[in-house]
Parts: sequence; structure tokens; C-alpha cells
Amino acid sequence: MAAFLELRNVSKGYGSGENRVEVLKNINLSIEEGEFIAIVGFTGSGKTTLISLIAGLIEPDEGEILLKGQKINGPGPDRGVIFQNYSLLPWLSVFGNIELAVKQVFPNMSPVDRADHIAKYIEMVNLTPAIQKKPSELSGGMRQRVSVARALAMDPEVLLMDEPLSALDALTRGTLQMEIEKIWYESRKTVVLITNDVDEGILLADRVIPLTPGPGATLGTEYKIGFSRPRDKAAINADPNFKKERNDIINYLDEIGQHRSVNNGEEYVLPDLQPKYLSTKLPLI
Amino acid sequence: MDSKIKQALKWIGLGFLEPLINLIRGKEVQKNTRLVLRQIVVPILSVFIFLGACDYGAQYLYNIERERKIEKTRATLGDAEALKMQQSIDAGDLSNKPNSLPSPSDVKNGAIALWEDHQMVSAKKKAFEEKTAALNKQRKAAGQDPITYTGRPSFVDQIITSLKTVFAGFLLAALLAIPAGIVLGLSPTLRSALNWVIQIFKPVSPVVWLLLVSMVVKTVLANSTSDKSFIISFISVGLCSMWATLVNTAMGVSSVDKDYLNVSKVLRLGVFSNVFKVILPASIPMIFTGLRITLSVSWMVLIAIELLAQSPGLGSFVWEEFQNGANDSNAKIIVAMFVIGFIGFGLDRLMMVIQKFASFDSK
Ligand SMILES: Nc1ncnc2c1ncn2[C@@H]1O[C@H](COP(=O)(O)OP(=O)(O)OP(=O)(O)O)[C@@H](O)[C@H]1O
Ligand SMILES: [Mg+2]
Repeated sequence: MAAFLELRNVSKGYGSGENRVEVLKNINLSIEEGEFIAIVGFTGSGKTTLISLIAGLIEPDEGEILLKGQKINGPGPDRGVIFQNYSLLPWLSVFGNIELAVKQVFPNMSPVDRADHIAKYIEMVNLTPAIQKKPSELSGGMRQRVSVARALAMDPEVLLMDEPLSALDALTRGTLQMEIEKIWYESRKTVVLITNDVDEGILLADRVIPLTPGPGATLGTEYKIGFSRPRDKAAINADPNFKKERNDIINYLDEIGQHRSVNNGEEYVLPDLQPKYLSTKLPLI
Repeated sequence: MDSKIKQALKWIGLGFLEPLINLIRGKEVQKNTRLVLRQIVVPILSVFIFLGACDYGAQYLYNIERERKIEKTRATLGDAEALKMQQSIDAGDLSNKPNSLPSPSDVKNGAIALWEDHQMVSAKKKAFEEKTAALNKQRKAAGQDPITYTGRPSFVDQIITSLKTVFAGFLLAALLAIPAGIVLGLSPTLRSALNWVIQIFKPVSPVVWLLLVSMVVKTVLANSTSDKSFIISFISVGLCSMWATLVNTAMGVSSVDKDYLNVSKVLRLGVFSNVFKVILPASIPMIFTGLRITLSVSWMVLIAIELLAQSPGLGSFVWEEFQNGANDSNAKIIVAMFVIGFIGFGLDRLMMVIQKFASFDSK
């Protein structure tokens, strides 16, 4: 049986001739319906490219992407996207931005229901006081929340999130992580989350899949995360399994990350120093 | 209250008055005094320096002309006549006044003369209308055209005519250029197909447009009773000035931020929604930048076009005064120059306010 969402041997590069850069190479991925996948990767490795491919905004050079067994053919509202750079329309208010999406996806909804529907999602991301504000009057984090609310309000079959929380402070980030977990638990959507935060991946996803550094990035060894749902951040943080998973993934990323620096062909004379990680987080961003 | 005034001032581009308000309210005296000095006192001083320089220059040129006139009289008619001429000039006799650059006070007198003339002409016009009111009613009832005043237009009438022409031309430009710009912006094929037209016609001088338009209009409207010179001049103004809007609109539409287009693609907006809900709002700032340039170009070419098209307005006023050569003609030309400048400035400010209203990123 074919998976719900499937990428088969997908490759993508930009440019041609001498300027050609292979960004993604031989990406294979099967996602079951209702599964939550997190993809962690280095900056510039092609994470946004991967999301754009699944969203249908760009086409793969090789391979194919299937949704429910059908080859995807351009973008569509069945795959809601939370863009890395928010992509809000600056001339529309918070309400207006979400309304544009909701109107398009649910054309038959009555105006009253529609307003309620929109208000519900704005409430969910705690933006009710800013409902009539324009994006330029919002902080970066608030804009990202609008973008989250817009994608959720479209009620898509697949939710594609490109570093949706990376611009937020740790506290808001934690709250929204739990919000995403709750929404997922209730709606059981298929989610692909791109993140640079290993903890976030472990906390939310069923599988964490590292993307190797580019050029020619591909998916690395995947890590199944078995914590029971609904998840609780505090409980997971205290779980010894969490520490283990996280160390495994970080070590793996560390390895492929070092591989990256060896790979670029030039020889550097390095001072005789031992690397020392002050923080346990990798410098992925 | 204060903040509202300041807001309003900023909107109409008079934000530099803000420190004055602060100073009057006694806020941050030192800083605001410095700001008032720099932003208000210095510009006013510079106006006086400018007037002084003009006065000096005018005086200088006047003296040269005066000497020349006296010497000329001396050479042809002898010393006695030359002395008489000198006395006559210095006594301010208008008939012997040397014809040179008018001084600021001449210009002021010219302005007053124009204003008095306007009041006289409008009084005449009013009297005429009162006189013919009853008759016109009868003629209207009988299905005849009313009798209209055909006397000389005053300076103010000329200004109004010019404004009408410029607005008609501007509207024409906007109506042609915005839709065309949108279509061009949407289609790269059309853009490259028509690029040469734009590149070639954009730099064509107003005079040539005028000739071209009059060739066409003369034939098309040969049997019509409508005001041909007005039609010719406003169409020429429109054609001259529309290019800025056309190019800016096409550019704005074709370079809409990719992020916005991605949103539209993900939502699968239809062509109509895509254009009207995403592409057009995104290009509004560019369209208005184009319109603003178009309006100022319209006003600039209008004078030249009116002058050539023999259509009434400030252009023909300037030309007639120049041909006329009366002793205060030069002063009146300078008055017209300032009026043209101020109206141009006012129009630009007006567009700026509208542009601010229409664009989303200024708030
Ligand atoms: N439209 C494009 N044309 C040419 N090269 C591109 C294009 N888009 C992306 N790239 C290149 O592809 C590579 C991957 O870009 P991508 O935006 O997918 O990275 P990313 O992993 O999302 O990075 P980040 O973590 O900074 O968001 C980069 O080297 C980038 O320069
Ligand atoms: Mg990215």
C-alpha cells in the first residue's frame, strides 16, 4: 500500500551550467496519514526547498511526489504552508489575511460562521487584541503566529511548517509548541515540520529525520520518537529517554556536520584545540 | 490635540512645523529652538536673501538698459534729448521705462495688477450674465444655444482653464496607462513585444505629440462644434505624461514579491482574485509613484502645449504677455512663473497625500 505522502527519489537543483547547484539529491520519504514528521537540518541545506517541493511551489528535477497515490500537480489548499518568512499580505489586517484563505477554502461558509471560524484561530494563537492590526504593526513573533493561524484555519490535509517558531522567544515558543501538539492531537493532521531545534522535533514528532548538509543534501538516519500522546513538555524534559534521543541525534548531526567541513576540499591548518560545546544546542541556525 | 495637529501636518508634508508647536508648548526648549532655527527661520531667511539677490540683479540689469537707452538717444538726437530721456526714466515715466528683468517690487505690482484685472473682468462677466439671464431662459425654452460671455479671460480664468486641461489630461493618462500597465506587467510576452513602443515614444517631446494629436483630431472632429484646442491639448498632455505611470505599473505588477505570489498559489486563487486581491494591492505604491510623476509631467508640459495649441490657459497667457511687450509684461510673466511653480508644488503635495492614503507600508 502506498503511503499517504510519498517522495520518491526526488532531486532538485538551481541554475545551469557552471552555476548549477544540486540542492537536494535522492530524497526518499514515506509519511503515513496522521503522522507528525520533523526534519532537522543545517542552514542552507535545502529545508525550504524541500517544503516548497511538497507544497508544489516548485517542481522536482527528478523523481516524484505523491499525495494519496496521486502525483501532485502544483500547489493547493489541501497542503497548508506556514512559510519561514510569514508571507502575510501587508495591506490586509490579521483578520483579512486569514479571511482571504478561509474564503478561498470554504467558499460556502456563511459570513457569520466564517467570522467565528477566523476568530477561533486568532484566539488560538492569542492574537485577539491585534485582530484589526496590519502586519507592519506586529512583532516578528506575532506575524509568525498569524501565519500559523492562517494555515490552521484552512484545515488542510497536510500541514507544512517551515521553521514556524524560530523567530519566537523561548517562552512563547514553548507555549506554541504545546499548542501545535494539542491541535495535532485533536485533528490528527499529517504534519511535516522543518526545524533547527532538535528538542522541538523530539517533543512534537513521531519521527525526527535529519537532512544532511548540502550541496546534494539527502535525508539521514531517522529517529523514531516513542513518547505517548498527548505529550507534556515538562514530563518529556524529565524523561531519561529524551536525553538519550537528543544526544543520539545531536551526535549524529555533529558527525555529518564535521563531514561537511572536511568535504569542501580546502585544507585548513587548525590550532590544536579541543572543541567544547558550551551549550548543548548545535549551532544549526 | 497637539498630536493630532502634528499628525495632520506630517500628512500634508509640513512636518517641519512640529518643533514650533513643541516650542510654543515649552517642551524641550533648547532642542526645539535649534530645530525651529534650522527648519523654519533659516528657510525664511533664505527667501529674503533670494529676494535681495533678485532685487540686486534686477537693479543691475536695469542700469545697463538705462545707460544704453540714454546713450542711444544721445547718439541719435543729441545731448539735450538724452538729458530729457534720463529725467523721464528717473521720474518713473512708464512709456520710457527700460525693458529688463523686473525687480521683486515690479513683480508684486504685476501681481496686484493681475488681481485687479481679474476683479474687473469678473464684474463685467457677472453683469453680462445678469443682463442675459432672462434672454437665455427664453432661448433655452426655444431650443437655442444660450449666449455666453466671449470677453477676454482674466488671469484667474486662465489658471482654472489650465487646471481643467491638466486634470483631463491626467485622467486620460491614468485611464490609459494603468490598465495597459497591468496587462503588460502580467504578460512577459506582451512586455517584450511592446517594449520598443514604450522606449521610443517615452522620450518624444510634447511639441511632437501636440502636432501628432492635432493631425488626428482635426480630421476626426472636422465637423464637430466641440472645443478642438482644448481636446487637442488635453490629449497631448495625457499622451506625454502617461509613460511614467505605464512603466511603473508594469514594473510594479511584474515584480510583486514572490512571497505574496506563493500565498496566492497555495490558496489556488483564481485569475481574477489573484490580480485584484494580491497583485494590484501589492503594486499600489508603484502605481501611485507613477501617477505622481505623471501629474507633475502633465503640469510641466501643459504650459508648452497650451502655448503652441493656442488653447487658453497659463501657457498662452505667458506667450501673449511676451508678445505684447507692455511695460509690465515681464513682471506678469514672472508672476505666472511663480503661480505655475506653486500650483505644481501643490499638485505634487496633493498626490503625495493620496499616495500615503493608498499605500500600506507607510503606516
Ligand atoms: N530560487 C533559487 N535560486 C537559486 N538558488 C536557490 C534558490 N532557492 C534556494 N537556493 C539555494 O538552495 C540552497 C538551499 O536553500 P534553502 O532556502 O532551501 O535552505 P534552508 O535549509 O531553508 O536554509 P535556512 O535554514 O536558512 O532557511 C541554498 O544554497 C540557496 O542558495
Ligand atoms: Mg529555509
